[in-house]
Amino acid sequence: MIRLSDPPIDPGALLTGFLEGRRETGAVVSFTGLVRGDGGVEALELEAYPGFTEPAIEQIIRDAVERFGLDDCLAVHRVGRIAPGEPVVFVAAAARHRRAAFEGADYLMDYLKSRAPFWKKSHEAAGARWVEPTPGDQADLARWETMETR
Amino acid sequence: MATGVRVLLFGPLRDVAGWRERTIDPAPATLSALRRLLADLDQALGAALDGPGVKAAVDKAIAPGDPALRPGCEVAFLPPMSGG
Repeated sequence: MIRLSDPPIDPGALLTGFLEGRRETGAVVSFTGLVRGDGGVEALELEAYPGFTEPAIEQIIRDAVERFGLDDCLAVHRVGRIAPGEPVVFVAAAARHRRAAFEGADYLMDYLKSRAPFWKKSHEAAGARWVEPTPGDQADLARWETMETR
Repeated sequence: MATGVRVLLFGPLRDVAGWRERTIDPAPATLSALRRLLADLDQALGAALDGPGVKAAVDKAIAPGDPALRPGCEVAFLPPMSGG
């Protein structure tokens, strides 16, 4: 499932909640992305299109669940203005075995970083600029598109 | 009963236009008619809407071509996405 959050998120609490009540799951991998303050970044401003952004991310999650045979996934993404050091995204993937959980979380993050409908403005000492996916993000995505499904 | 269309702008389009949401009333018949109307109101916005990679969504679904618009619908203009 996906949730957009205007207030700050608590990755520890999200992980604890995600772990609860499991009997079949043997592995959970989680990832937390923080806003980096390098390059004079004072804040990131994330804009989503509620009602459009969530279904697009749900599709990414369904693809990950199917591709890696996951039990389920959770993605929580901040929107609004986010300061350096604050969590901007949390994902967790649950599977019977660790390999699928690692790969599922990795895949989710790569697709979130380049395909999720967000518009991101970087507020920097020198001014504000809109951000597009980097060549590195595109290369990360290409890994999955050329890889054979196991 | 709504007679207009709700227009939403995202990302850099919002900065170009200086607004994020407005209602165009009465509703133009088609997406292209809406684009022409917005360009007449604001030439810079018109040019930005024609920019590379800008997509339109009608009622939260990407709308290829030139769909008809109905009163009460929502049209969003989506510039290239940044990702999360």
